[in-house]
Amino acid sequence: MKQQITLSAFNLGIGYRLRGGKEKVIHPNLNLQLYSGQVTCLLGMNGAGKSTLLRTLCRFQPSLSGEIEIMGKPINLFTQSELSLTVGVVLTEKTNAGGITVFELVSLGRHPHTGFFGQLKEEDYKIISASLDAVGITHKSDTYISELSDGERQKVMIAKVLAQECPIIVLDEPTAFLDVTSRIEIMILLRKLAKEQNKSILLSTHDLDLAIQMGDCLWLQSRDNPMKRGVPEDLILDNSLESFFRKDGIVFDRTTGKLSSPLSKIPVGVEGDFNTSYWAGNALTREGYLPSTPSADYTSIKCVSPTEIEIKYANGTVGHACSIEEMLKCLTNRIL
Amino acid sequence: MLSLRIMKKQIFLGIILLLLFACNLAYGSLSIPLKSVIEILFGSFEGKQTWAQIVLQSRLPQAVTALLAGSSLAISGLLLQTLFKNPLAGPSILGISDGANLGVAIAMIYFSVGSYVTTILSAFAGAAVVLIIIIYFSKKVQNNVMFLIIGIMMGYLASSVISILNYHASADKVHQYVMWGMGDFSGVSLEKLPYFASFAIAGLILSLLLIKPLNALLLGETYAANLGVKIKSTRILILLCTGLLTATATAFCGPISFIGLAVPHIARLTLGSSNHKQLVPVTILAGGCVALLCNLLTVVPGSNSVLPLNAITPIIGAPIIIYVIVNRKNIQYFN
Repeated sequence: MKQQITLSAFNLGIGYRLRGGKEKVIHPNLNLQLYSGQVTCLLGMNGAGKSTLLRTLCRFQPSLSGEIEIMGKPINLFTQSELSLTVGVVLTEKTNAGGITVFELVSLGRHPHTGFFGQLKEEDYKIISASLDAVGITHKSDTYISELSDGERQKVMIAKVLAQECPIIVLDEPTAFLDVTSRIEIMILLRKLAKEQNKSILLSTHDLDLAIQMGDCLWLQSRDNPMKRGVPEDLILDNSLESFFRKDGIVFDRTTGKLSSPLSKIPVGVEGDFNTSYWAGNALTREGYLPSTPSADYTSIKCVSPTEIEIKYANGTVGHACSIEEMLKCLTNRIL
Repeated sequence: MLSLRIMKKQIFLGIILLLLFACNLAYGSLSIPLKSVIEILFGSFEGKQTWAQIVLQSRLPQAVTALLAGSSLAISGLLLQTLFKNPLAGPSILGISDGANLGVAIAMIYFSVGSYVTTILSAFAGAAVVLIIIIYFSKKVQNNVMFLIIGIMMGYLASSVISILNYHASADKVHQYVMWGMGDFSGVSLEKLPYFASFAIAGLILSLLLIKPLNALLLGETYAANLGVKIKSTRILILLCTGLLTATATAFCGPISFIGLAVPHIARLTLGSSNHKQLVPVTILAGGCVALLCNLLTVVPGSNSVLPLNAITPIIGAPIIIYVIVNRKNIQYFN
């Protein structure tokens, strides 16, 4: 499918209008494009203004300056009902919907399409059940919202947005309160929707790993710098992510794509079975060593299997460990 | 299947409503044989004219008033609970009834106003002032309990102004006002009934028109706005409707506590849903039922005297609210 620009912003200033004509500017100048068929992850520290940006793009709050265009049309020319057919949202706001069923909540997504009394027609029913299917929650149709897990609630809200049939979907921290598996599930679901239904999906998140793993495009928002955008791997390779996350005591590791404490200079060689050596390296990094290619100058570890680890010390002696835990103990006893 | 079950519940409530209505006609402080009551209603009664007068001029308008006032208060409670996302909101707890009360007090004591329309208008003005203040605070105070306490404070303020007004007023005006303030459904005579009924029915119809945006508001205002609901005008309509219903009920029947707070819970619990498509009609029916029941219970058996309505409504309302609060973890719409 052809990827089109669905939403763009030019010289967009975001922030709040205070009393007396003053403005609290969060970001003075943002230029962005959102594409169809893509999952775009908005990353930024707390206070960088992620929510403010999302709220501005959905017209929940006015921009301070600049232009937002949706489907090529300035956002301020949209009527409220037109906008509700174009941009759908999933928010972190607490709802009061515990007493209605999953089906009823998803049917609220049909509101912009139905008449004055909200009567559902046959087509609406079809779209609602298709939306329930797409997020895989059809079996809970008649369950009360209050009886769902957090992950299921999030899926229902996504189904609601699907029933709304908007080409653009904006989600504010959709994975924030979820456990690890639900986070991945939701991200896989969003990817699937972007690809299969050609939606533009924009979400804010603090999950760096997931964003790198699942995002087609990352937006890096910080208060004082212009917005960086790009495919995650490009942003890693050109050091954008590294400089974005630079902070005392924290380092973005270009090889693993993870944030960690600054790398130590004590090298330890690692070789052998791929799986074991990968996780041995993980443990060594955590303990403050620098996993390197084996050499006679420093201690090296040869991983034969997860239960058979050989430690060659720098002085030539050899030790054996049958778990990573034991290996770490040997190292701390001998090297330091 | 689901709709069939709901339909059954609505029909069941409707039958209870009719039964209670009939009981209200048949039973009162003066005992009139059931057979005579039926004959009076069908115009074939040839006995004591006082009996006919009691049934047609007193019991019938009183039952209709109870029905409409109960429905009005229940709906305004429901609207407030949905609007403020607070299941413990209600016209009396947020001080709106007291505001209406204050409006009437000012009109009666200072301007010696007695006509129905001006009483309603002054009640409406009082209710509206409190509503506007409440909305202002709802933006400042996000915590549900704190918000309710502000409502209770508003009620106290209105009551204290009423006390101060009473202190300065002449004795007969105070008496007139105090009698009104006891709260009862008998204040609406057959002549006043059309005025009362048209205001109440207008408010109830307006509430039926708000069903769609009310459902969207279950998700909160931002979600509702994203679903195309015009938040500002919807909020104004909801408040107009609440003000109209509370003011009408208060202007004609005096301040009545607990019906607005408790009936939406009765409706949600029997219905098992907060979907306003069913909840609004069921709340109207349940409000009528509860008010008719309360009206019946004010009649002390074997005596000529009648208890004040506000002595009965808490006996029915308070246990329900306590039950709901104690069991809130297991009640869907609280979570």
